[in-house]
Amino acid sequence: MLAKRIIAALDVQKGRVVKGIKFQNIVETGDPIAQAIAYEEHGIDEIVFLDISASRECRGISQALVTDIAKAIHIPFMVGGGLSTVEEIVSVIKAGADKVFVNSAAVKNPSLIEKAASVIGSANLCVAIDAKWEAGGYEVYVNGGSEATGLDALVWAKEAQRLGAGEILITSMDADGVKQGFDIPLNRSLSEAVDLPVIASGGAGKTEDFLEVFSLTAVSGALAASVFHYGEIEIRSLKNYLIENGVSIRHERNG
Amino acid sequence: MGNVAVIDLGVANVYNVVKALDGYVVSSPRQLREAEKIVIPGVGNFSAIAERLDDFREILVAKIQESTPILGICLGFQILFESSEEDIDLSKNRGLGVIKGRVKRFRKIRVPHMGWNQIELTGESPLFTGIKTGDYFYFVHSYYAELEEEGVVTAVTDYGQKGKGGFYRFASAVGTGSVYGVQFHPEKSGNIGKRLLDNFRRIEGRGQ
Repeated sequence: MLAKRIIAALDVQKGRVVKGIKFQNIVETGDPIAQAIAYEEHGIDEIVFLDISASRECRGISQALVTDIAKAIHIPFMVGGGLSTVEEIVSVIKAGADKVFVNSAAVKNPSLIEKAASVIGSANLCVAIDAKWEAGGYEVYVNGGSEATGLDALVWAKEAQRLGAGEILITSMDADGVKQGFDIPLNRSLSEAVDLPVIASGGAGKTEDFLEVFSLTAVSGALAASVFHYGEIEIRSLKNYLIENGVSIRHERNG
Repeated sequence: MGNVAVIDLGVANVYNVVKALDGYVVSSPRQLREAEKIVIPGVGNFSAIAERLDDFREILVAKIQESTPILGICLGFQILFESSEEDIDLSKNRGLGVIKGRVKRFRKIRVPHMGWNQIELTGESPLFTGIKTGDYFYFVHSYYAELEEEGVVTAVTDYGQKGKGGFYRFASAVGTGSVYGVQFHPEKSGNIGKRLLDNFRRIEGRGQ
């Protein structure tokens, strides 16, 4: 049976891991490669590697860092942050990333999804959406959550699927960083709106939050950064807890 | 244990496969002549791979006749079959046709089938030494192989839930003669994947 994925995010700025609270007050905390290796050893299913500074400073993702990560780990990883052309996307895949995600650039120029998917394949292209509850719907925000678009998140997710996205990474801006659990209504409606795998992001604070999002929504994976990074949730304990509660989760056999 | 040639088919980065097998990258058919083992990796789509593989077709057929161990991974597994629904040109069978059957798209289920899933061993294969039913491998694919002869299937995987929308039990590994194929990505499947690649590296080709 296909396992639900536990995914760790590494927010990287200038080659170092950082984690923001509600996208601000960023504090530097560590070496991304050492962190990625540690996550693999602890049984994480996938790693998302986000160059959070790329979008605002308009500079590209470090291909050398992507290649170093590809050399260091043996589990899938995804890279994104400020990617805006097919050439940039292909270069990140060639550098060794298994998947890439696009966010702001795809909202501004939806044909980017179509063009990129035709080169790297839909399965390797994820569309990341930052959404915030506004007057009766979920509105898409771009540029690191700083700019409202007037676009409805569910409408946009369906359009991304039509254009060739292979996965949706949905971040609830309301839940992100406050550790009060995943945004269940958002994740439920979004995972029902599309036929693609959906990754829930934003809000993980305790192990029960993961059980909740897997029990109450159709998401394929749940992503967290700080709770793993600061060891507030131990990945193996989380996986054991989910298995005990009937969630399909990958566990590594000993010996 | 023999040198391992990994065919570079374009977009994908083959570093992980090359490293795990202590192999080398080849991008022209000529370089395959001396290969003692061959890996066909796969990311992209069937049409693009079929076109790129056209130049390699002749030498691959010759290598198969020589019983050179060959491992197809993901799309490199699908290309072993006769044809695929993903191919834009269905006027002729553009797969290698080493194994009878065709590749079809998953329907009425979340696509792609992406993530860690279990295998159930259904036949003997040197690829699976030390690997058991229930072990997890990493999959990313929207198409699956439908075989004409079940005898070559060495592992199957379930996707979906019986009685709840789409349900598939598909071939996740095959083996016939010296040709092996896996639908999952061993190079992305942590320790268990490393074991499978190591098993492939240890397979003895004829004349070695």
